[in-house]
Amino acid sequence: MASKFTVSNRTGWLMAGPAILLIAGFVILPFFLAIGLSFTNQRLVSPNPTEFVGLSNYRQLLGVATVTLEPLRDDAGAVVMKDGEPEYPSIRSLTRNNPDRPDLAGMREWFSFSLGGEAKTFVLARDVVFMKAVVNTFIFVIVVAPVQAGLALGLALLINQRLRGINVFRAIYFMPVVVSIVVVSLLWRLIYDGQSGLLNNLLDAISFGLIPPVNWLGDPSTALGAIIAMSIWQAVGFQMVIWLSGLQTISPTLYEAAAIEGASKWQVFRYVTWPGLRNTAVLILIVITMQAFGLFAQIDVMTNGGPLDSTQTIVFQAVERGYGKQDISGGSAISVILFVIVLSISLIQRFLTREKS
Amino acid sequence: MAMISADNRGLRLATRYAVLVLIALIFVFPLVFMVMSSLKPSQQLLEDSANLRAFLPVGDISFDNYTDAFRRAPVATFVFNSVLVTGVTVLLSLLICSAAGFAFVFVDWKGRNLLLAVLLATLILPFETIAIPMLLMVAHLPWIGMEGLTWGWLNSYRVQIIPFIADGLTVFLFVQYFKDLPGELIEAARVEGASWGQIYRRIVMPLSGPILATAAILKFLVMYNQYLWPLMVTQEEGYRPVMVGLQYFFQLNVAWGEVMAYLSLITVPVLAFYLYLQKAFIASIASTGVKG
Amino acid sequence: MTFMKMAASAAVLAWASAAQAQETLSMWYHGAGNEVELKLINEVISDFNASQSDWKVELQSFPQAAYNDSVVAGALAGNLPDILDVDGPNMPNWAWAGYMQPLPIDESKIASFLPGTKGIWDGKLYSIGLWDAAVALVTRQSTLDELGLRKPTVEQPWTRDEFMAALDAAKAAGKWEYPLDLGMAWTGEWYPYAFSPFLQSFGGDIVDRSTYKTAEGALNGDAALAFGEWWQGLFQNGYAQATQDPADRDGGFAAGKYAFSWNGNWAALGALAAFEDTVFLPPPDFGAGPKIGGASWQFGVSATSKHPEGAAAFIEFALQDKYLAAFSNGIGLIPATPTASEMVDNYKSGGPLAVFGEYSSKMALVRPVTPGYVVQAKVFEKALADIANGADVAATLDAAADEINADIEKNGGYGH
Repeated sequence: MASKFTVSNRTGWLMAGPAILLIAGFVILPFFLAIGLSFTNQRLVSPNPTEFVGLSNYRQLLGVATVTLEPLRDDAGAVVMKDGEPEYPSIRSLTRNNPDRPDLAGMREWFSFSLGGEAKTFVLARDVVFMKAVVNTFIFVIVVAPVQAGLALGLALLINQRLRGINVFRAIYFMPVVVSIVVVSLLWRLIYDGQSGLLNNLLDAISFGLIPPVNWLGDPSTALGAIIAMSIWQAVGFQMVIWLSGLQTISPTLYEAAAIEGASKWQVFRYVTWPGLRNTAVLILIVITMQAFGLFAQIDVMTNGGPLDSTQTIVFQAVERGYGKQDISGGSAISVILFVIVLSISLIQRFLTREKS
Repeated sequence: MAMISADNRGLRLATRYAVLVLIALIFVFPLVFMVMSSLKPSQQLLEDSANLRAFLPVGDISFDNYTDAFRRAPVATFVFNSVLVTGVTVLLSLLICSAAGFAFVFVDWKGRNLLLAVLLATLILPFETIAIPMLLMVAHLPWIGMEGLTWGWLNSYRVQIIPFIADGLTVFLFVQYFKDLPGELIEAARVEGASWGQIYRRIVMPLSGPILATAAILKFLVMYNQYLWPLMVTQEEGYRPVMVGLQYFFQLNVAWGEVMAYLSLITVPVLAFYLYLQKAFIASIASTGVKG
Repeated sequence: MTFMKMAASAAVLAWASAAQAQETLSMWYHGAGNEVELKLINEVISDFNASQSDWKVELQSFPQAAYNDSVVAGALAGNLPDILDVDGPNMPNWAWAGYMQPLPIDESKIASFLPGTKGIWDGKLYSIGLWDAAVALVTRQSTLDELGLRKPTVEQPWTRDEFMAALDAAKAAGKWEYPLDLGMAWTGEWYPYAFSPFLQSFGGDIVDRSTYKTAEGALNGDAALAFGEWWQGLFQNGYAQATQDPADRDGGFAAGKYAFSWNGNWAALGALAAFEDTVFLPPPDFGAGPKIGGASWQFGVSATSKHPEGAAAFIEFALQDKYLAAFSNGIGLIPATPTASEMVDNYKSGGPLAVFGEYSSKMALVRPVTPGYVVQAKVFEKALADIANGADVAATLDAAADEINADIEKNGGYGH
């Protein structure tokens, strides 16, 4: 593109200038303020002066330690068993008022594992809730990004047929997108209800009573899954439309050529359709990943992070701390951590999907 | 033979429609539930929500919930505010972000690569995380209006519009789309002496129907669903948008019927906007066919 | 003609000078979306505006769920009204942060007010309420009779054993989905308001009130551990549900799903309408005396108000018995004074809800009076939800105590 006809510093700045100024003023500048706050003890509501505290907010969020413990033994030297498992010294006795390990004070058990043998390694975190939020957010992204993109592509292929009334279906599939996520979450809270929810009644009817009612949002093992399913249902129509615009710009002559060569349906998809969707795929993957990392409204309306932290997410924690617990510096630190995580992922994504030329 | 194949075709067609309808049901049922519920008294609504009656206009049907909703809150004001703020933001956003996308893709200028990278990095930031610093900022910004120079943007439409006009995602959408347009076309036009303004208006914009529609819908949804920001910056009822208005319905004992009526009401403008755009959208895809 | 003209212009002049002398006082209130409540507050305002010519109060109302966030945002942006209302336990936070100033009202004017209605921080009165709220154990006389239970009284409330025996009896009867409705669907302030009195009745507390510098021992001591085990048992043994359908909270008792319901006086009229023989029992005594939460919404003056004397004049005006009675009639709350109670059919002695007034004056304990309460309430809520869902009691309460202590430290002790 670079030719003497396309170079124009004045035009470039003139046309990009307004957007750059607005983004600099209303996104980048506030974000730099947030970075600054994350190194202080700033509170949302407080008469105390703001102090610089260095990395303390980050240490508080990210502090992790491990301890390896031998099982308890009775006087005879045999391992004490409890519920069929060896019993270990309580973590509480290590982390509270323990002069030997002041570094563990205030830490909690995150998870534990055993590398064979009787000893068990306990991973302790200074902020277990935040760690769980990070893990949940990653689970959400890892499930939602491929599933939602794949389903959306399937729907786009399905809706890309020449059939009477196909526009009506297209509009219907898109409908959940146009309804606010807050509204959708409210509706699904009723649908997922553990006692008289629609979903339970539906499953009961379909299975002739074989499937017992599930407390979808109240059970730690199903809550995140229920939110994932609803999120995909709500947003898949939007990606469908983007795929569709990609599909419809593939030249029909390519399909005609493939038909003449006698290509199978799969071959057509593999060698004609998919290569034509390259830019679209990159766009969709990036957009879904970004949106998935921002998971917040569903949690706020449906579960508040519970039960037992099974639906805590990074942005929910940032808001809960910054606003709910008036700890604006801690909330800002979470935002900065999120920014670093997503930035690294998008750099990796870009590296993997770079155009090989 | 001929009869069999005709039958086969009929069967295949029927299967296709059956699949389409089945999927449509999955997408549409909560919305039918919402609209039907808005016609029922709260108690019946909750009883019905456990079974298929949830989707049917049965029992004690009336528009009472709608009249009650209007009595409880200035619904018309909220919808007007949201439509105004959203509409203005969408229009300005399309203009400013498409111009930026154009400059990033077609024009060579100093600093464009660096600035593009920075802009893209910003689309990662969830708004919630920068809201407080931004509140502190807008509370002290100057404005020149009817009353001359004033300080502070609280309780206005501009505070709900201006910060959201430009964003990394919208610029990114345009950039990705423009990359697929044939660059030779633009260069040829330049060689023939067309100005940048002419190329933007006469060549690029007419080819950009699909992406304008996509960007418009995305922005519309974000703006129409604003909650946290308007809550923080509008203390006067007259400036509140629909999502803040939703809170009026969550009293100690939630009147679910009214909630459903209000939800149905505020969803109408969005559906109308989408249906309008879909027509424009499909027409423009059919007429271009540039890519490939 | 000339006379008429003169009279008219004199009237215009008088009006103009009055308008100039009159200062506008802005006021924020949490009642948006609540028709009855707004009508009541507007009546007080128009009466006040008509009663004198110095001040004119203008109301801006907010939906309750968004009210606190709105005030905090307003304060950050330097945009608070003259008069604001505040939920009792939040007041110390706002007073400490410099959002509010002491309320210049003579002590004698509020001598007869219920203790929970007075917002006192740092030895000074900052806010005053027209009403208080109270919670009771709601059930039916017929249920008590059927299960063969003694009706507890203020003098002799149920002990822990009696309470658990009542739940057992209800469970064994098999007539109800759950013996006890705790209102788990009402997340947020309901948890500390309704459930921390249980903890206090066990002998624990959210924070150590002797210093307000630590939660260690109060929230994770022996009494608190006993409370936590008991609390978890309620759910594990099927006495109550850990996740509740909001609709069941609203209508479950009336629909006969629960034998007992732990609910506030604002829902009492609905219960009476459902069953004529509804009774409102005092809370059980778990060892350290029967306790319920106190303090509801109150009025105060913002620190930035240029006319605190005007704001105080309005609040004093609103404290008249007739308004206390009007609010009580309209939204079912307990009038702040005995004289106003006598003007309300529900709360006058012998009235169906009079017991709430008695509980409020004899058993109410305000939530911890500290600016840190806002955070402590959140920590407490999460701990109780986690324990209800099966989390380890000791570890959860330890973590909650640690979090509260870290917060107190971060805030330089919150000025205690």
